[in-house]
Amino acid sequence: MHKKTMTTFWTLALGLLTAAGLSQTGTAHAQDEEIKIGFAMFLSGAAAGPFGVPARNGAELVVEALNKGEFPAPYDGKKGINGAKITTVFVDEASGEVVADYRKMVQKDEVDLVIGYISSGNCKAIAPVAEEVERLTLFFDCGTPQVFEDVVTDPHYLFRTGAHATLDSVGAARYLLADKPDTGSIAGINQNYAWGQDSWRDFTAAVEALKPGVEITTEQFPKIFAGQYGSEISALLTNPADAVHSSFWGGDLEAFVLQGAARGLFARTDVILTTGESAMHRLANQMPEGTVIGARGPHGVFAPEGPMKAWLEKAYMDRYGVRATYPTYKITQAILAAKSAIEMAAGDSMGMPDQESVIDALEGLEWETPSGTVRMGIANGHQAVQGTAYGRFKYSNGEATVVDMTRFDAECVMPPDGMDGLEWIESGFKGAEDC
Amino acid sequence: MLTYVAIVLDGLVYASWLFMVSVGLTLIYGVMKILNIAHGSLYAIGAYTAASLVGAYFSAGYVPVLSFAVLVGAALAAGLVCGLVIERGVLRFMYGQDEVLMILVTYAIFLILEDLIKVFWGVSPYFAFQPYGMLGNFDVMGLPYAGYDFLLMGLAGLTGLGVWWSINRTRTGHLLTAVIHDREMSTAMGVNVKRVYTVTFVIGATLAALGGAFTAPKISVTPGIGVEVIVLAFAVVVIGGLGSIGGAMIGALLVGILRAAAVHLLPEVELFVIYAVMALVLAFRPYGLFAAPEARKI
Amino acid sequence: MNRRMDPTLVSLAAALPVLLVLGYALPDWLTFYLQVSLASGLAALAVMLQMRAGLVNFGQGLYYCLGAYAGGMSGHFLGITDALVLLLLAVVLSVAVSFIVGFLVARYREIFYAMLSLALSMILYGLLVRAEALGSTDGFNLPSTTFLGYAPEGQALREAGYVFTCIVALAIAAAVHRYLRSPLGAIGEAVRENELRVEYLGASPRYVVHLIYVMAAAIAGIGGVLAGISVGHVDPNLAYWTTSGQFVFIALLSGTGNVAAPLIGAFLLVMIRVYAVEYSPYTWQMILGGVMLLIIMFLPGGLWSLTRLRKKGGLT
Repeated sequence: MHKKTMTTFWTLALGLLTAAGLSQTGTAHAQDEEIKIGFAMFLSGAAAGPFGVPARNGAELVVEALNKGEFPAPYDGKKGINGAKITTVFVDEASGEVVADYRKMVQKDEVDLVIGYISSGNCKAIAPVAEEVERLTLFFDCGTPQVFEDVVTDPHYLFRTGAHATLDSVGAARYLLADKPDTGSIAGINQNYAWGQDSWRDFTAAVEALKPGVEITTEQFPKIFAGQYGSEISALLTNPADAVHSSFWGGDLEAFVLQGAARGLFARTDVILTTGESAMHRLANQMPEGTVIGARGPHGVFAPEGPMKAWLEKAYMDRYGVRATYPTYKITQAILAAKSAIEMAAGDSMGMPDQESVIDALEGLEWETPSGTVRMGIANGHQAVQGTAYGRFKYSNGEATVVDMTRFDAECVMPPDGMDGLEWIESGFKGAEDC
Repeated sequence: MLTYVAIVLDGLVYASWLFMVSVGLTLIYGVMKILNIAHGSLYAIGAYTAASLVGAYFSAGYVPVLSFAVLVGAALAAGLVCGLVIERGVLRFMYGQDEVLMILVTYAIFLILEDLIKVFWGVSPYFAFQPYGMLGNFDVMGLPYAGYDFLLMGLAGLTGLGVWWSINRTRTGHLLTAVIHDREMSTAMGVNVKRVYTVTFVIGATLAALGGAFTAPKISVTPGIGVEVIVLAFAVVVIGGLGSIGGAMIGALLVGILRAAAVHLLPEVELFVIYAVMALVLAFRPYGLFAAPEARKI
Repeated sequence: MNRRMDPTLVSLAAALPVLLVLGYALPDWLTFYLQVSLASGLAALAVMLQMRAGLVNFGQGLYYCLGAYAGGMSGHFLGITDALVLLLLAVVLSVAVSFIVGFLVARYREIFYAMLSLALSMILYGLLVRAEALGSTDGFNLPSTTFLGYAPEGQALREAGYVFTCIVALAIAAAVHRYLRSPLGAIGEAVRENELRVEYLGASPRYVVHLIYVMAAAIAGIGGVLAGISVGHVDPNLAYWTTSGQFVFIALLSGTGNVAAPLIGAFLLVMIRVYAVEYSPYTWQMILGGVMLLIIMFLPGGLWSLTRLRKKGGLT
């Protein structure tokens, strides 16, 4: 194997590269009357069902409606975005090469902006890359406050159009202590990964800040996607607390509700499910009544009544046969932020204006969404602030709904500009003492 | 005290589940020397089939009690179809290949099945919770347990006995043992090894599906449930000794009890207790607890 | 070695300028895939090295992750940014850990070697998930890398990272090639063929396996650092069993015939995936699995076995 090896080596290597290189020359370039959005969300794996697919469906639905000019006011003015047709590219967040796929969308597919990312880990990885490749990027769902607190402290191209995770835990603590002021002990069951750990840390800190001395009876951290929670439920039952906090989501959440309800956990103690809304329509009467649920913002059943919400609910139901949940609301929120800013920046010109002017418009932007008014309030106007709401689950007439709903203003559940989430909680909610 | 009772009970419940999901894996490995990664997908297909059928069964309004028979039927159907298709369609062309290459073959099958599940059932979860609540609750020292969990324990025990009996007390079982010990010699003695393989794989697949079908009522059947099961089942089977049915049972008990103890007493270590047990057992018993060491061939 | 130059070494040496030229000629996103796949290709090379001795490591992610975290933590917490220092730290850590663990692992063969290494990598995964200071599953980001005092930014940093990755990957490949051609490397193959005879000949298979294990760990560790540097982010998924499974897949797909095979195979796998996702975003895994089955069925020796087919054709 002398010369042959060499020849084969080169045939293989060069053939591959040429093939890859050639194929990209065939890519159509984005035309001026089109605005191309790259979407990234989970299309496979366990997060696809509860988050990725509702978000993708929402994106398809909203983009189509905008292109046809069917989206309700105040977005019924210009078709598409600023008169330009919206085209889309989707990538799977579960591919294992998230950063490379992001670069591919920006450089090969030449998208005008990227909207995406559900996993906080992926957001942390993408954040510096977005600044490096200088392409407008909107995170729509991921929760970690670190994105602007730690990773990119001086963002220019990067925005997050949804609230970060501090809101979920602070809202849960506020709801619990307002609703049951005599709560003396809490317990937690959260998935053993960053989201679960952070949620529990923030929740316990917020409870401690609001009512010092509340006892923690047990903190359970089962492996994510474990599915079997028999031992954990026993531990929660043998270490009874007044309230149990859980930031479970997806299949884990549903399995925990089924198994916990069957064994009477929900009857014995208050259970707070911070992402409960994403499962309530599917679980329907299997979700015990009175369970405290949230939607990571004022989405879904918590969204204020109005033409936009009514349209989204109906259009989603008509097309996909199920109720819209918060990921759908959150991606809609992101698309509408882009539309608002681009149209504001464009003035009288058609199509996609200069990226810098869009960024100017996005900074501090205030825009209308099916979940109410949202404002790019913190992190130099790059991080959205939004209120939230919690309520108790009720099943009546075959409809899953919430009662005893309490809304919280953005200032009560999110830190002010320049302050880290945990720092703010531990300071006793500086600036939000009246909430 | 209550804590220790809870540890034992929780451990047994979890062990029953572990045994159900790993017995098929160890059987297939024992006979065919294939470490089947697609086992997790077969589990998932069993769960999906059960969830669909149970859903249809209850909306048709038949007698609720018979829904347990629906679960078994779902497992049989899923195991038979998938087992035959995989063994006849793919594996039989690969026999005689290296063990490790076979892992890769089943890994490829796993990737294909995971997407096929999505194509068939979509990504929205399926539920089959009706049978779960049907057996009510039992109080153990004031701690409620679902009756269904005791049913699972019984099922695991029966499955173990059934497999043991079929291998040790039936003619087919003896043929199987012969093939396990010496495939070439069995062929020479006129055993139809190919048929033994087909039968074994279908039974293994059915056991995987059975595990999935009976887990379905407790969980939300979603994409990705199979992946989680694979590594757990691997660990149990490796701890017990690859190919040993009794070993899988002991492995499941060991892992089940230790994990329950971790949850109750030291939740921080729950995540890696199973791998720590696996590494420890392998450190002292390189071939697992119950596998005979192999003679070195010259 | 005879007086003629070893063709593989010549090819590897010649590949460097070609890769560098390609780095400028190809679009950025493609060179990035190339860079990332060289990093994972090194881990696959480590797997292949063990395969040559008949050992399949289903937990090579352990050292890939360890290397990435060693580099990442030195950068993130100690402020060390020099790529060479990070590389060195990763190698030291990987070698240290693998040397100790090797005493255990070197006793195992076949499926038990695979399973034990898998268990070990999953223990690291579990530990990292518990480590909130390290960001748990979210991982953490690396500061910009410097190269011997040269501190580029933006596009220049990307290019420097690419060049660095190419040089390191090719150098490692060349070193492994030289090793495999050495008497020691030949004993590795002998261990695969018949361990008992190796013992009769007076060599210790356990010592050889231990050595191979440590070498593979060092190579995977280097791959991990390169991955960390190129992506700018590390997380525990690097140690998850599916990551290791991917390395085994690459090694088998490309074949064990030549050290260049896993590097090319890694890029091939990435490109198959990229286009599978593009044409069928919801069923790309199925395409990947199908390709895998076809290769195993029709090219059981991996892509590299195409060389042999050609040679056979040449003889007749």
